[in-house]
Amino acid sequence: MEIFFQQVVNGLSLGGIYALIALGYTMVYGIIELINFAHGDVYTLGTFFSLAILSAIGVSGEVHGPALIGIVALAVLSAMLLCGVTGVLIERLAYRRLRNAPRLAPLITAIGMSFILENVMQLWRGPSPVPFPQVIPNPSASFGGVVVSAKQVLVVGLAVVMMAALQVFIYNTKLGKAMRATAQDRDAAQLMGININTTIALTFLIGSALAGAAGFVSGVYYGTTWFFNGFEAGLKAFTAAVLGGIGNVAGAMLGGFLIGLVEAVATQYIPGGAQWSNVVVFSVLVLVLIFRPSGLLGESLPEKV
Amino acid sequence: MALLEVEGVDVAYGRIRALSRISLRVEQGEIVTLIGANGAGKTTTLRAISGLIRPLRGAIRFDGSDLLRLTPDQVVRRGIGHSPEGRRVFARMTVRENLELGAFTRDRASEVASDLKGVLTIFPRLGERLVQKAGTLSGGEQQMLAIGRALMSRPRLLMLDEPSLGLSPLLVQTIFEVIKRISASGTTVLLVEQNAHQALAIAQRGYVLEVGKIVHEDSAANLLASDAVRAAYLGGAA
Repeated sequence: MEIFFQQVVNGLSLGGIYALIALGYTMVYGIIELINFAHGDVYTLGTFFSLAILSAIGVSGEVHGPALIGIVALAVLSAMLLCGVTGVLIERLAYRRLRNAPRLAPLITAIGMSFILENVMQLWRGPSPVPFPQVIPNPSASFGGVVVSAKQVLVVGLAVVMMAALQVFIYNTKLGKAMRATAQDRDAAQLMGININTTIALTFLIGSALAGAAGFVSGVYYGTTWFFNGFEAGLKAFTAAVLGGIGNVAGAMLGGFLIGLVEAVATQYIPGGAQWSNVVVFSVLVLVLIFRPSGLLGESLPEKV
Repeated sequence: MALLEVEGVDVAYGRIRALSRISLRVEQGEIVTLIGANGAGKTTTLRAISGLIRPLRGAIRFDGSDLLRLTPDQVVRRGIGHSPEGRRVFARMTVRENLELGAFTRDRASEVASDLKGVLTIFPRLGERLVQKAGTLSGGEQQMLAIGRALMSRPRLLMLDEPSLGLSPLLVQTIFEVIKRISASGTTVLLVEQNAHQALAIAQRGYVLEVGKIVHEDSAANLLASDAVRAAYLGGAA
């Protein structure tokens, strides 16, 4: 039983990262009905950006005391800002002009954008895995045999805080309401005086910033990354968004944590473990979609952003 | 100088011409109605004024300044409210949120609050349903919400696209009463209607659109009396 709960803890940490990435997929889909395939690569960029910041300020190992909080905050916020700006630029340069084009055109463009980002990262940091400094001391506590590490607390905590902030933003601010209105009816939103270009750019800014935060967290959690990291993580996060009901913010969070849990538990209990975990994850997706094509929260809470 | 002037406007959807050489004007304080059959181009005219579709040529001026290069949100800020065809309320948001979005361009919370009160005085039904999702409202209530939402921007010109469509005769009466009230309070109204009789009854002037062209233009009283208009839009020899 301890093993099971141990995998639940591991799965939640994994799921926190997937959930943060899934939010970007689901927000962008909600507002312009585009599956932004470049989003997974923005997440990888987040790891590389935070790595660059840490190197720039000369951090290569564990940091203690108040400096730790400052450095973590600096790395997370810069990764979020840089990724956010990247997302806005991608939308402005690649997607905006195709907004009224047939749906296939922006989709292919998104795949192309993904290749561009991957190749740029390969040129920048090379084709091999790059180590990420172990900034955070990693004490762990045992609860009846279940080990919870500081990093896991950080991953889940950061994910939950970001999601809560996002919910408050979407439901309680004027700009958040403008985003929901634009997602529901673009023309009507314009007639309210909402500038939809700004609103769509804001959606990319926030979604990409969340991927940037996930990028930092994944660097800390795994201690390594490489240029292709976002391909699989992006695919799983996208799966999470679809599982929860694409376009649905709460669904993306739920889907992310569920995918993380399924992956961790499958790795533990299925003979052959890790090799089969992806098969299990995607089988779950197929099964859910057969019985609930709109995803878990796709109908009961049809709030898309 | 007229509040709104549309001059020689052409609009096409792809290769299909929707409006040719449309010219009309709306004076400060008037109710002007645009009548015509389905597909005549009434909705397209309003969409062109709002900037939702860009004319191929022509001029659209509001209060003397050119609207043609503005985006729809800028047109709203200039003082044009538009309650669109099919109501287009935000179905998954509450009545209150819909009304608040109507005031998106405005900054003074106290003014917005007093306008909200004003809208709820005009449409008491909305007051009873403030926390309800707009999608759960009846057709008539959604129409009230669409009009109320457009009023929340405190427009100088209110454009209403088929406000009576699909409503019971009793509700149609109510809506037309409301339009008169809105006009009496100083807002200029451009009213698109298929319900030509009722529209002409409250308007000062009217334009008749036929397949993208304005074919008649006169005072509402003359249009009501005109044989051609009666035959085409008012149910023959009524």
